[in-house]
Amino acid sequence: MASYAKFFDALGLREWCDGGAGGDGPMSMADLMAQARSGAGGASGGGGSGGSFWDLPLPSLNNFHDACQAIPQTRDLTIGLERAFLSARDALRIVLDPLTQPLSWMLREMLWLMTATPWFIMLPILLLVTWFVARSWSVVLLVAASLGFLTVVDHYTAAMQTLAIIFVCAFICVLFGVPLGIAMSRSDRLQRIVTPILDMLQTLPAFVYLIPLIFLFSVTEPKLYGIAIILYAIVPVVRLTDLGIRLVDRDVIEAANAFGMTSRQKLFGVQIPLALPNIMAGVNQTIMMSLAMVVIASLVSAPGLGVLVLRGIRNLELGVGLIAGFGIVLLAIVLDRVTKASLARIDVSQSSRH
Amino acid sequence: MSDKLKISIRNLYKIFGDNPRSALADVLGGMSKTELLKTRRHVLGLRDINVDMKEGEITVVMGLSGSGKSTLIRHLNRLIEPTSGEVLVDGENILTFGETKLRELRRKTMSMVFQKFGLLPHRTVLDNAGMALATQGVKRADYEVEARRWLERVGLGGQGRQYPHQLSGGMQQRVGIARALTSNSGIMLMDEAFSALDPLIRTDMQDLLIELQNELHKTIVFITHDLDEALKLADHLVILKDGAVVQQGEPQDILLNPSDPYIEDFVRDINRARVLRVRSVMQEGPAEGEVSGEISDTDNLESVIAVSGGAMDRRYRVMAEGKPVGVLDMSTLMRALVPRHPG
Repeated sequence: MASYAKFFDALGLREWCDGGAGGDGPMSMADLMAQARSGAGGASGGGGSGGSFWDLPLPSLNNFHDACQAIPQTRDLTIGLERAFLSARDALRIVLDPLTQPLSWMLREMLWLMTATPWFIMLPILLLVTWFVARSWSVVLLVAASLGFLTVVDHYTAAMQTLAIIFVCAFICVLFGVPLGIAMSRSDRLQRIVTPILDMLQTLPAFVYLIPLIFLFSVTEPKLYGIAIILYAIVPVVRLTDLGIRLVDRDVIEAANAFGMTSRQKLFGVQIPLALPNIMAGVNQTIMMSLAMVVIASLVSAPGLGVLVLRGIRNLELGVGLIAGFGIVLLAIVLDRVTKASLARIDVSQSSRH
Repeated sequence: MSDKLKISIRNLYKIFGDNPRSALADVLGGMSKTELLKTRRHVLGLRDINVDMKEGEITVVMGLSGSGKSTLIRHLNRLIEPTSGEVLVDGENILTFGETKLRELRRKTMSMVFQKFGLLPHRTVLDNAGMALATQGVKRADYEVEARRWLERVGLGGQGRQYPHQLSGGMQQRVGIARALTSNSGIMLMDEAFSALDPLIRTDMQDLLIELQNELHKTIVFITHDLDEALKLADHLVILKDGAVVQQGEPQDILLNPSDPYIEDFVRDINRARVLRVRSVMQEGPAEGEVSGEISDTDNLESVIAVSGGAMDRRYRVMAEGKPVGVLDMSTLMRALVPRHPG
């Protein structure tokens, strides 16, 4: 360790370093341990004469701190961050809590609705919805078989919980994502601002932004996982709405202009209908990503199939985990087929696509 | 046909680039297109365009690609804003129009037909034809009647429920024309309307347009790069090159008296016998001496040759509306068939 001490001596900073150390109050546990470690380091350094070049420690905050007390340890950095976050938390909560409260209600109500409704009503309703969205008997059959299997193996309630969360979150994603995408398509500046945020949301592993959310909201509240899912799943619908509207044939837009359409007429009469296949592809992706996230969100108390997978991992209950995992795969296939079938319907009704 | 001016373009300039205003000063100072591109990185789109278009006439703007013809037609409904100049429609300068007035102009006064049709792919043919009226807020029941009538007129009766992609290119453009006609505007802008079609279908469409025009007498601005098409349709022909008008006037006149080598090049490959008409080459005045027969002043030279059976020593009296107006020697006719060579 001695090498960095020499370095600070050479820079003539010794006084500043020790001055910082002098201010230290009662020694913390970490300081003691650091001392012990530095002592050991010094001993192993052999002769304490600075050691050879090969023993040069990592140029990290902790090692600098050992050489010069005035430099903070890495631990101080994490503590500082935590303190800053905690002090901002109350202010953030005042704003965010009322804003996100409806999400908690929606999730709670939907969970209640889908689990409290008797299965012999719920399953036909789901099949009916499938028929209206997809208009294809084979898809309805697939949905019936999958839900039937989940019912038979007693995963009905968990599956309904998962579906309830996905429905609510995907709905909110579409509700906010489509208008945001439309706004982005009409303003290059907004697109420049939003795109990096979307990039970040897409690249950040879900685990990473679960952390601040846990501090921000209480773990008992559904909105905690609701927000996590929405943040993760909203990206594709925004991107594809923006892209879809920007890809609308320029000749068609020019014709709309030449016949004196207002921008509202253009948006609702031309741009959105022509972008619809892309928007629906975005909705499909959003639903699939909600499903992926709802499993991870079981870590923060999201109910559903994810909980069973988590149980399988925690308790090494292989069978439980596998069945629940298979249930998730089934749900994924069902959701994908249903949305793809509706997408295909849109495509056929306007196969302008050359 | 009246002599009333419907559209006048006055000193129109268009420069593309970051700072067209300052580049305009250079252009007015006489900088050429290539020089402007090289030194200022601005593209000269249109230079000092002055064209008068009469009501009820077909004005054809012709030029090769890059000559600025599509840019020019988009100035007439301000899909492109000019850098300087005036566009007068019915005596009003449309460049002073605000948004609402401009929209009214596009809805009621002008309609447009596009090279790539520009139909709404998600709407039926009938809805596409009625698009102009629907945009104006006319009720569906009312505009459907109009749309159906015009679809019928362009030969698409009974196809209203199909989607554009189910139709061939020629039929799609018929929808485009029906859409423009349904708007009931006095001016029709046609931007290379037939260029994307097969030659045979193109001829059909040209005939359809001429037929419709004889009936409706719209003011039509037609853009094309095809001289045959231009000569067939034009009452007034404007030839553009590098964003400037090289020559404009009656097509026959341009053919017989090309004003510069560029146009001579252009007209060289034309079937002159089919395009030129008797009135353009005859000698005016009372027909004296012996004649072999009578021909009409609107006959083209090809039909005169057919009448003469190829004999060179014939002479014909030219009649216009039942009165003799001149005389045509076969030798004069033959000379007119050979383009005037440069130099």
